[in-house]
Amino acid sequence: MTSDLDALEAQSIFILREAFNRIDKIAMLWSIGKDSNVMLWLARKAFFGHVPFPVIHVDTSYKIPEMIEFRERYAREWNLPLIIGGNKAALAEGMSPDRGRVTCCSALKTEPLKEVIREHGFTGIIAGIRRDEEGTRAKERVFSPRNAAAEWDFKDQPPEFWDQFKTDFAPGTHLRIHPLLHWGELDVWRYIERENIPMVDLYFAKNGRRYRSLGCAPCTGTVESNATTVAEIIEELRTTKTSERSGRAQDKESEDAFERLRQQGYM
Amino acid sequence: MNAVLRPLKIVIVGHVDHGKSTLVGRLLHETGSLPDGKVENLRAVCDKRGMPFEWAFVMDALQAERDQGITIDTSQIPFKTALRPYVIIDAPGHKEFLKNMVTGAASAEAAVLVIDALEGVQEQSRRHGYLLHLLGLRQLAVVVNKMDAVAFSQERFDAVSAEIRAYLGEIGVSPTHIIPIAARHGDNMVSRSERTPWYQGPTVVQALDAFQPAAEATALPLRFPVQDIYKFDHRRIVAGRIESGRLKVGDRLLFSPSGKTARVASIESWNAPAQSVAVAGQSVGVTLDEQIFIERGQIASLLEQPPMGSDLFRARLFWLGRTPLTEGRRYKLKLATAEHIVAVEKVERVIDVTDLATAESRSVERNAVAEVLLRAAGPVALDPFTDNPRTGRFVLVDQYDIVGGGVISMDGLPDSRCAPSVVGQDLTAVQHKVTPQSRAAANRHRGGVIWLTGLSGAGKSSISMEVERRLFHRGFQVFTLDGDNIRQGLNSDLGFGPEDRAENIRRIGEVANLFVQAGMVVITSFISPYRADRDRARAANPTSFHEVWVKAGVEECKRRDPKGLYAKAVAGTIPDFTGISAPYEEPLHPELVLDTEKLSLEETVDRLIRYIERDMQREPGVDLESRPDASI
Repeated sequence: MTSDLDALEAQSIFILREAFNRIDKIAMLWSIGKDSNVMLWLARKAFFGHVPFPVIHVDTSYKIPEMIEFRERYAREWNLPLIIGGNKAALAEGMSPDRGRVTCCSALKTEPLKEVIREHGFTGIIAGIRRDEEGTRAKERVFSPRNAAAEWDFKDQPPEFWDQFKTDFAPGTHLRIHPLLHWGELDVWRYIERENIPMVDLYFAKNGRRYRSLGCAPCTGTVESNATTVAEIIEELRTTKTSERSGRAQDKESEDAFERLRQQGYM
Repeated sequence: MNAVLRPLKIVIVGHVDHGKSTLVGRLLHETGSLPDGKVENLRAVCDKRGMPFEWAFVMDALQAERDQGITIDTSQIPFKTALRPYVIIDAPGHKEFLKNMVTGAASAEAAVLVIDALEGVQEQSRRHGYLLHLLGLRQLAVVVNKMDAVAFSQERFDAVSAEIRAYLGEIGVSPTHIIPIAARHGDNMVSRSERTPWYQGPTVVQALDAFQPAAEATALPLRFPVQDIYKFDHRRIVAGRIESGRLKVGDRLLFSPSGKTARVASIESWNAPAQSVAVAGQSVGVTLDEQIFIERGQIASLLEQPPMGSDLFRARLFWLGRTPLTEGRRYKLKLATAEHIVAVEKVERVIDVTDLATAESRSVERNAVAEVLLRAAGPVALDPFTDNPRTGRFVLVDQYDIVGGGVISMDGLPDSRCAPSVVGQDLTAVQHKVTPQSRAAANRHRGGVIWLTGLSGAGKSSISMEVERRLFHRGFQVFTLDGDNIRQGLNSDLGFGPEDRAENIRRIGEVANLFVQAGMVVITSFISPYRADRDRARAANPTSFHEVWVKAGVEECKRRDPKGLYAKAVAGTIPDFTGISAPYEEPLHPELVLDTEKLSLEETVDRLIRYIERDMQREPGVDLESRPDASI
C-alpha cells in the first residue's frame, strides 16, 4: 500500500465485489453528487471497466438542471445501465417542499426509490453514504439490512467485524450496501483529484459561492467559497469547520428530522 | 499531496457509565475537531430539555440515545492531533450490546480502556480488556476517569492501577500507559493537570500519539483468498484482496484446499498503470497461465508456504447468538471468503472472563467466551491466528445471523497439509514376478492390516501381542508394529507434536502396506487418534485394511494407567496427551469393535482371531486381483 487513498480504494472495491458476489439482484444509487460519482468510478475499478448492475437515479423534478445534463452525458459515455425513478402521481397533485420538507423528501425520493426496488425486485441497493457526513450515518453498517417496508432498525443492527458482512437474510429482507462508509469528505475530493473524475460544475465557486452538497434546487443552498478547482476545494476543506450538509434544509426541520427520514428508508 | 497519514483507528471501551462518551466528546473539543456551533447547538438542546450539558451528547447523535442516556451503537468520529489524524470508535459499555462493541473494536489498531476512579475495575472493564486481546488488539492505554470524584487521590489511582494491571497481566496484556483524568473537566487530556502534581506520565493525547499504526502484513506468507471470478470480456480474472504477503507476475500459485496450481500471467487493473507486483491490502485481479477450475473461497499462496489444511481445529470464540452454542450443533463458518459447514465437536472449556476461571460445559451462552473443537466435512485452508490473523479467524453463522467469532489454534492437532504423498515423477513401477496369489497360496492366507486404534491403556498392546503369538502358532505369517519397534528405529527422528504424530502414522501405514504386499498379516498397535490419519492409512491399502477399535473410556483408562502416563498428563508434565490434552477421534465405521470394559482379554483375543481367520483364510478370490501387483 502506498497511500491512504489506496487503502480506502481497496476497501471499497472489496465491499463492491462482496455485494456483487453475495447479493442476487443488486443496483447502485446515483445521485449525480460527488460521492456517488466516486462510487461509480470505484465500481469500474472493481469490475475492470464494467458496471455489472443497474444504476438508479431518483428524479424529483426539482433537481438542479446541470445535474440532469451531467447524468445524460455520462450515462452515455460510460455506457451505464440507467434506471430513472420518480413519483409522477405525487408531482401531479402538486407535491413540493411547501408542504414540508420532510414530507416532500418522503414523497419524491423515498417513495419512488421503494417503487423502483419493488418493480425490479432488487434485494440490495448500493448507496454512497459516509460516516462523517452526519451523526446518524455514523451508526451505519457496511451491509445494512432493512425490513420489507425498507425501515432501518438502528437499535438492533447485526454485528460486523473482520470484513465478514451479513450476507444471509430471511426472505423479504432488503439490503443497503455502503462502500464509501469509511471515507471522509476530504478523502473524496483528494480521490477525485488523483483519478481526475468528472464532476458537476455546481461544486465550483461562481461569484463567491458554491454548492458543497447537491440536492434539490429549493432545499439546497450554496456556501461562501472562492474554490474554483478541485485543488482549491481540497485546500478549503482542510481549514473549514462548517459541516458538509449545512446547505441542506431538510436536515434542520427538527432536531431529529434526518434520523426520521433515514429510519423510513431515506438514503 | 498524497503524503497524507492514514488515520489511526482507536476504540474506547469500558464499563457502563465510566465515562467513555464524555472522554470522546471532550477529546474532540480539546483538539478543535468539532464543527463550529456543534457545542452551542447541543447546549441549546439541553437547555430546551432542562438538563445539564453533557460532553457525551457530542457522540450521542441519536434521539434514542439521548433519551436512554447510553450509547447504543458504535460511532466512528474523526479527529486530529498535531501528530496525525485518528478515527475514534466509541464502543458501548452496556453488556447486552457486546456485538456492537465487537463491531467497533475489531477494526481498531489501539484501545483506550476507561475505568471510573470511584467504582474501580468492573465486570465490563475486564470483559472488554479480554475481548480486545482475543480480537488481536495489542496496544492498550488505560485512563482512570472521574479523578475529581476521589479528590485526585494518588492512593486511589494507584489502587485502581494495580488492580487493572494485575488482570491484564494474567491475559498477557501490558498497558502502554495508565493515566489519571477527569474528562468532564479536561484534566490530563491535552496538558498535565495541576490537580495531579504526583503524576509524571503522558496526557491522553500524548498516549494516543505514542500508539503505533498497524502495518500491512506484507512480510507474512502470501494469502490471496479468491473472492470471485470475472468473465466480463475476453479475460478470465481471479479477483480478491491480498490479505498478506505479495505476489508478482510469473509466481506459481497454489490454491488451497483444492491443491491446484497455476502461474500468474498478469495483474489486471482499470485506469491505473500496469503492475507486476501486488502487495497485502490491495484488491486485485489476476489472470492465470492455465485455465484451472477455481472458485470463491480457495486461498492462493506460494507453493513453498501454503496455509494449513485440516477438517478439525480448535478455536477460542466469543458467542453472540441468542441461543447457546451447543455440542453437536452445526453452523456455517466463514473464513476469509470461504464458507464451510462445521459441527461443534466439543466445548473444551468456558472461560469466565471476569475472573478467568474455566468451567466445563456442553454449551456456551450469549456473551460468553469458550474454547471449542470444530469439525468441517472436508479440509479447510487456514492458519493459526498467531501465525496469520487474517486467515486465522472466522465468524459463525446460524440461520441468517452472525452469532460468533473465533480465532484458530492448531495446538495438539495435525496439519494434513502433507496429506497427498508426493511421489517422484521419474519413479516407475517394477513388476514383481511373485504374484499375491502365489504368496497367499504358499502362506495359506492373504495379507492384511489389522489396525488397532484406541486410547492409551485401552488394551491394544496386550491384545496385539497375544493375537500375534496365537496366529503364529497356527502357521500365520504375522508381525506386530508398535511403539517399540517403530519409534526406536524408523521413526526415531519424530517427536510427539501433532505434525510428527501425523507423519508417524503415515510411515506406519506405508510400512504396513509393504508387509501386506509381502503376503503377511500385520497388526499395528498405535493410539492413532486422528480419523484423517487412519483414513490415509486405509487409502494406502483399501482392500485389506481392517480398522479395529479397542474401546475403553478415558475414565477407565485413567484408572488402569498401566504406564503411569495419565497421572503425568493430568499433572501437566506430558503435553498433548490423547484423551487429556489432545483429542481422540472415535472411529465412525470400524470393521470391528473390541470393548475392553465389557470383554475380558481372552474374549477380545478370540474375537479378533475369529475375524482374521474368517477374512484372510477365505479362498483367494476375485478381490485378490483387484490390487495390482505393481509397487513403487
